[in-house]
Amino acid sequence: MRSRNTRRGAAAAAVLLSAGLVLAGCGGDDDEGGSAGGTSPGEGKAECKDLTQFGDLSGKEVSLYTSIVAPEDKPYKDSFKLFEDCTGASVAYEGSKEFEAQLVVRVKSGNPPDVAFIPQPGLLQTLVKDTGKVVEAPQSVSDNVDEFYGEDWKKYGTVDGTFYAPPLTANVKSFVWYSPKMFQENGWDIPTTWDDMLALSDKIAATGIKPWCAGIESGEATGWPATDWLEDVLLRTAGADVYDQWVAHEIPFNDPAVVEGLDTVGNILKNDKYVNGGIGDVKSIATEPFQEAGYPIADGECAMHRQASFYAANWKEKDPNLEIGEDKDVFAFYLPPIGEEFGNPVLGGGEFVAAFSDAPEVQAFQTYISGGEWVNEKGKATPNGGFVSANKNLDIANVASPIDKLSTEILQDPDATFRFDGSDLMPGAVGAGSFWKEMTAWIAEDQSTQDTLDNIESSWP
Amino acid sequence: MTTTGAQEISVQEAYEQEPVASSARRALSSPWASLAAIVIAVLWTIPTIGLFITSFRPAADIADSGWWTVFTNPSFTLDNYDEVLNGDTALSTYFVNSIVITIPSVLIPVSIAVMAAYAFAWMKFPGRDLIFVGVFALQIVPIQVTMIPLLSLYVDRGLAGGDAPGGGFYTVWLSHSMFALPLAIYLMHNFMRQVPGELVESARVDGAGHVQIFSRIMLPLMVPAIAAFAIFQFLWVWNDLLVALVFAGGNPDVSPLTVRLAELSGTRGQAWYLLSAGAFVSLVVPLIVFLSLQRYFVRGLLAGSVKG
Repeated sequence: MRSRNTRRGAAAAAVLLSAGLVLAGCGGDDDEGGSAGGTSPGEGKAECKDLTQFGDLSGKEVSLYTSIVAPEDKPYKDSFKLFEDCTGASVAYEGSKEFEAQLVVRVKSGNPPDVAFIPQPGLLQTLVKDTGKVVEAPQSVSDNVDEFYGEDWKKYGTVDGTFYAPPLTANVKSFVWYSPKMFQENGWDIPTTWDDMLALSDKIAATGIKPWCAGIESGEATGWPATDWLEDVLLRTAGADVYDQWVAHEIPFNDPAVVEGLDTVGNILKNDKYVNGGIGDVKSIATEPFQEAGYPIADGECAMHRQASFYAANWKEKDPNLEIGEDKDVFAFYLPPIGEEFGNPVLGGGEFVAAFSDAPEVQAFQTYISGGEWVNEKGKATPNGGFVSANKNLDIANVASPIDKLSTEILQDPDATFRFDGSDLMPGAVGAGSFWKEMTAWIAEDQSTQDTLDNIESSWP
Repeated sequence: MTTTGAQEISVQEAYEQEPVASSARRALSSPWASLAAIVIAVLWTIPTIGLFITSFRPAADIADSGWWTVFTNPSFTLDNYDEVLNGDTALSTYFVNSIVITIPSVLIPVSIAVMAAYAFAWMKFPGRDLIFVGVFALQIVPIQVTMIPLLSLYVDRGLAGGDAPGGGFYTVWLSHSMFALPLAIYLMHNFMRQVPGELVESARVDGAGHVQIFSRIMLPLMVPAIAAFAIFQFLWVWNDLLVALVFAGGNPDVSPLTVRLAELSGTRGQAWYLLSAGAFVSLVVPLIVFLSLQRYFVRGLLAGSVKG
């Protein structure tokens, strides 16, 4: 499992695999390609055709470390059954909420897992640059990503020109949750432009309901939902190119374009006519846990709540009877564009699969999980929703919940401009530090927009 | 002359001490002091009671209102406990792991520390004081500093990781023992030094060797101290998350209760209503241990301070 003496064989396998993948459609049969030798248990089964090249992996184990804990881990475990049937190898799953700190500890002390699901490209960069223990993705994985994902997704798993980690899941952050029933009863329409949305907010405010609810409290990560607001708006006011420069710090953090973006956010989040529906005043945003910030919508005390697709799981905690759907209790609309020029870009996040071993079973696992089969297996294994991927091979019919279907459509739209959550790409001192803190101060202490952005700029390492 | 002088002083001391002790007793047993003690006890217990009540409330109620509203609007459920104990990953397996981790992690340092303390206290060998100061000084080292180097050592020796012997329990036992030993040796040494030297000397005159002195005289005298330290160590290991997370990492089969408890609220913290029930499940064992061994605990703590 941890043998390192298979590099030559692995290289041969990689070459054969790349050939194998081209032929995959015709069921290419590369018996001698398996670096483990022997006959794969999946030999002859159509759904195993991508995995038979790795030979017989019976008795081998792939240890997997993730930040996804029970009960959300069950769909993952279920989705690995096909891999286990095809190769004979087993997957030892371990989830921890202390994942980000513990992974670094384990990698540095020489006890890394075989595979880890990394939620931020920034963490991948740290691991590659600081420890050098991340193993380059084999050719079969690289080919899978070329085939099934957009170019930008490959970029997030690449550090200094070397491709390490294929994408896994995705989520769409540019959503505004609302209650279709409430909108219907009051004759409100889903806004299609930013101005419409503000006009609707005024209209709702006139009825005595505060239209927006928000909450950014999240323990030591307090402030992150506010950073998403800024990123989403900046993409719409300044465009994806300026956004990329801002994330890469090619323009200062407090660039006038960003000031304008944050002021636009402030028009909603710091407007005491608009917030904080069902919760309190503007300052209550800072103390309201993000998990519960949308709940007033279900109680009819708030109309709109901007939060990612994964918020669907939280509604079930509020009330298991709440239904999510276009004409049900709650649903989400796509955050509308601000002006024509930059259209309607998608802000999102995702996870990446990094390997710390080049053993054949680990490469087989990475190949399986980056390919076209796994996403559909995972979709089928997640009947309650909560799974979205940017994989083009994901059949919408295999995605369970309406919000996941909508997210998948948005991600698979070839014309969509997708941008990764900027705070996950920035250096940790900013993206997981001053950016969160200053956005919290911006709301809680009514700190001015300019001061907020100046402070973050001065903290850039 | 000198004898009478000494007697005079001790009589005078006794004369002066008597009113102090009795006035202290009077002050402490006055109704006002009792009232203050009761008020403090109640104030300290309120959060725990709140947690206890919360653990029986339905999820929606926990999110909507405080626990004190049950008095006007009572609604209780056992669902939280049901999910914590029988949910996706039942706490019962982790419960067993916690016990398997805790018992050796208490026995190993206690047995080593008692023997080491005897050697430091009653055996003469060159460099004894220097070594003792060294052991004592080890208490200053924060465990966080040692984690990565220690884990690297384990990995080099093949004790950590997926193929580790004993499923990876060795690393947790060893780490807990290492982190406990400096304080354990220091405490036991201080208790042992207070055993009157005449006892040891007379035993030696009667022909007893170190082994006999240790097992026949020291161990029986040390029972309260050992119990006190064992309770300390038990509570620390049972409640420990950091050591378990770092050294039992890589194998969910050996994770203790605390690791599961930290993950109980789900990936995005949406199931936090389960935490109060989980907290009470994990609290039961330390509570039983503490209550049943409490008298040793108090006696052991006092053993160092009161003489005669």
